[in-house]
Amino acid sequence: MAAADPVTIHELAAAFAKGAASPVAVTEAYLARIEARDARLGAYLTVTGDEARAAARTSEARHRAGRPLSPLDGAPIALKDVFCTRGVRTTCGSRILERYVPPYDATMVARLRAAGAVILGKTNMDEFAMGSSTEHSAFQLTRNPWDLARVPGGSSGGSAAAVAGGLAAGSFGTDTGGSVRQPAAFCGVVGFKPTYGRVSRYGLIAFASSLDHVAPFALDIHDTALLLGVVAGHDPLDATSVDAPVPDYVAALAEGVRGLRIGVPDEYFGEGLDAEIERAVRAAIDVLRGLGASVERVSLPTTSYGVATYYIVAPAEASSNLARYDGVKYGLRVPGKDLIDMVSRTRAAGFGAEVKRRVMLGTYALSTGYYDAYYGQAQKVRTLVRRDFERVFERVDVLAAPTTPGVAFRHGDKADPLAMYMNDVYTIPASMTGLPAISVPCGFNTGGLPIGLQLIGRTLDEATLLRAAHAYEQATPWHTRRPEFA
Amino acid sequence: MSEPKYETVIGLEVHAQLSTRSKMFCGCPTTFGAPPNSQTCPVCLGSPGVLPVLNRRAVELAARTALAFGLHVNPACRFARKHYFYPDMPKNFQTSQYEEPLAEDGWLEIDAGGGPRRIGIQRLHLEEDVGKLIHEGELATAQASLVDYNRAGVPLMETVSRPDLRSPEEAAAYLRAFRAVLVALGVCDGNMEEGSLRCDANVSLRPYGATELGTKVEIKNLNSFRNVQHALEYEIRRQAEALEAGRPIVQETRLFDADHGVTRSMRSKEYAHDYRYFPEPDLVPLQLAPAWVGHVRAALPELPQARRQRFVTRYGLPPYDAEILTQSAALADYYEAAVRAHDNPKAISNWIMTDLLREVGGDDAEAVATSPVTPARLAGLVKLIDDGTISGRIAKDVFARMLATGDDPAVIVQREGLTQVADTGAVEVFVDQAIAASPKAVADFKAGKTVAAKALVGQVMKASGGKANPAMVDRLVQEKLSRM
Amino acid sequence: MISREDVEHVARLARLALSDAEVERMREQLSGILAYIDTLRALDTAGVEPTSHAVPLVNVMRDDEPRPCLSQDEALANAPDRSDVFFRVPRIIED
Repeated sequence: MAAADPVTIHELAAAFAKGAASPVAVTEAYLARIEARDARLGAYLTVTGDEARAAARTSEARHRAGRPLSPLDGAPIALKDVFCTRGVRTTCGSRILERYVPPYDATMVARLRAAGAVILGKTNMDEFAMGSSTEHSAFQLTRNPWDLARVPGGSSGGSAAAVAGGLAAGSFGTDTGGSVRQPAAFCGVVGFKPTYGRVSRYGLIAFASSLDHVAPFALDIHDTALLLGVVAGHDPLDATSVDAPVPDYVAALAEGVRGLRIGVPDEYFGEGLDAEIERAVRAAIDVLRGLGASVERVSLPTTSYGVATYYIVAPAEASSNLARYDGVKYGLRVPGKDLIDMVSRTRAAGFGAEVKRRVMLGTYALSTGYYDAYYGQAQKVRTLVRRDFERVFERVDVLAAPTTPGVAFRHGDKADPLAMYMNDVYTIPASMTGLPAISVPCGFNTGGLPIGLQLIGRTLDEATLLRAAHAYEQATPWHTRRPEFA
Repeated sequence: MSEPKYETVIGLEVHAQLSTRSKMFCGCPTTFGAPPNSQTCPVCLGSPGVLPVLNRRAVELAARTALAFGLHVNPACRFARKHYFYPDMPKNFQTSQYEEPLAEDGWLEIDAGGGPRRIGIQRLHLEEDVGKLIHEGELATAQASLVDYNRAGVPLMETVSRPDLRSPEEAAAYLRAFRAVLVALGVCDGNMEEGSLRCDANVSLRPYGATELGTKVEIKNLNSFRNVQHALEYEIRRQAEALEAGRPIVQETRLFDADHGVTRSMRSKEYAHDYRYFPEPDLVPLQLAPAWVGHVRAALPELPQARRQRFVTRYGLPPYDAEILTQSAALADYYEAAVRAHDNPKAISNWIMTDLLREVGGDDAEAVATSPVTPARLAGLVKLIDDGTISGRIAKDVFARMLATGDDPAVIVQREGLTQVADTGAVEVFVDQAIAASPKAVADFKAGKTVAAKALVGQVMKASGGKANPAMVDRLVQEKLSRM
Repeated sequence: MISREDVEHVARLARLALSDAEVERMREQLSGILAYIDTLRALDTAGVEPTSHAVPLVNVMRDDEPRPCLSQDEALANAPDRSDVFFRVPRIIED
């Protein structure tokens, strides 16, 4: 096939099945594109060329024999460098793991391999998934394929940029406060955070345990459904994974939105929201109404407390999860005169500024005297946020809102930590409640930068979100637009 | 000698390794003594990305223990992270339980010689063990430490007693009784040399009559009954001397130096801890249904205390005997099997306490089970005495032969012709001979020294090769002498 | 709002060696963030249960079955310093 237009996973699957395309050639084409263009984009930290070629060869043999393992068999996928890949270095975007090679595969990686996916490499991210721009990677900058002077979003910026930039047919990131939905919106691709526990976290290097979600990026909803379907499902190695059957997400796509009740939360359309984004999102909601959905205004009064709550809970859990990085068993070690000195120097040298800030914040929030006021209070507010959603979901099936308050900003624009945190205001609530939420491209601003529409659904109701997003996508041109870079 | 000025107040925290086949949160085996770092996996090494999953059997064993000590099993409990940095803790936090432990409010009855006393057990919870740290080379000059994570993640059950203990002897008695229950329940092998059971002691002094507690000192990692007792004895002396000299007691953690018999302060920054506890987000809460708890309770074996009591009431044994016979389930089972074979509870008890236990350790279950003197054989021996076939004296010899050969007592008696001479006529002959041979004894007896009969009895026994029935000899000697 | 001593204490708890300049910068930034977070205190949460888990699962356990382990070399593969079959760390000072 021509090394020209990036195609979707489902198109590749059809071509492989017909013999119209060769997995080996397709993988080779992607590797060549990465070789030629990633220096400018900075999406990949590690390219696993040999492994990818080997996987493509076995995929091709299966296709020739008419026995593909799944619709993902032979699909070239990228993985955020937060997922442990056996024998392949996994850095989490941090110096402290710069040379770490995991002895095991994350469950989601094992499932992708078992489905025949071809893993092209590991993508760039904000260090330990802490950030909204991928500017906090210890290693390199990633650029937005729509405008190389701008950020791709974060923390899963590399995975988003790879798909948007035609350097992977699909990819995975993690979404803790918005780290897949926001980069998806910035990069004009689909990003889907499923219900908490829908996908196993085993092998996902933990940032905030109660907020981390494995989430796919794709060029369209059909691909999104395929990617999610392969990794979703109970895992005995993850005690927080949900033991519920995984529906055929693709089968449900064509059901349309007639009779679907959509809620539009007032608090997501107030001060701070870019006017062009508001216009595009409201226009998208009108499209859904035109397709047969009913629309009504709703209210989620606790929305304004989300960022503050998140920025206690996430750093607190992070400070605990990152305590293990001490130079003793793996990772960077900076010599010291004794153990405590070694550990303190190692962590000081190995962690970047944002990570240090959050570790300090988290340690403070958990320390004696502060626990009740901070972590204790935040976990209660989380319950209040959840109650808001439960109340609203008695009247509607899906919420529609913007994904982000602004479009992709320039590198260096949000130097103030708090300003960066405010980026997450619309994505945080679905993370905190564990509700599924998807960002779908819904237009561009006058500068040509992508805008994302966010749909939020009930617990374990990924199917409804996918069909609503699919109906919208099929009625609009956005999913076929590609940046010049690609 | 003046009245002791200070009352000792002691509380014990016991950590017991649970007898599971795999670790608390991963499937690594828990066998003791494996080569270093050969029983680890990404989970118990605290590698990036791993998650814990709770071992069901650890919960069962802990619940069983809680019920045995009369603790209330909480209907809901959860795990918490306890943070501190130390290289033997892979994650630099320990997954433990804090505000919502598995069980609370029970007790254990002990008797350290002053009568039975109930010692309160405040709480029981589950946690994971840490790895082992050893010095590289000589302690004094070591520049590095070496870490073995085999033990990291092994399931531990921690129990905290109330500060109800009042002496080192009571502390040792508590630990002994506690261990016996754990072993009887099958939840812990009680092997203190291997570290299956470890103890921290909190001790403080206060003037007699005072109700407030004095400043307490913690002594960590005591790994034998002796060490617990000696450490406490030293520490009490140390604190009393300090108080007498007007020096305040510093609240601190100390270690016991068994070689020198003293406690030493740890004085480490590590121990000024802010554990920053919060609920473990990677584990979900436990809700132990009453029905399940009921199952566990129904399956409890008879506990040492209850068995001891039953031995007193059912077999009419003195408490002292009952205590010794129930020191292990194996020994108690042995006793009951023997009594079932021949109903002479007291005699069998005596034989076990005097003769069997000289040869095998009472808590050495394997030795008890494999002794050549089986319960049936011991019962057989006592039966031979009771039915007059052999004397008690001869029985001692038979016992020794049973031990050496593993043969049945009846077989031994037959083979060696040890059958007691019970034929009155035959014995009378020996008695007449003895009387004839000891005119002095006879004269002494008639002069009122009744004790002289003993010498004659002795001679008859000797002449009969020990086989004459002693009671019969005694009677005959008395009769004949009286008639003279 | 948060003092220099607080920052140094927390840095010790978190085992982070911070330079004087970093301590000051951290103090400023954390003060700003904490001031924002303090808006949460105004919320009335009396009687509200905390959410520790987004999905209400209970009693998730595994059977007590031993599973294969890593070999010693695999376990030590990423060790910054090892001595034969042990992980090696600098001496621990008790002062």
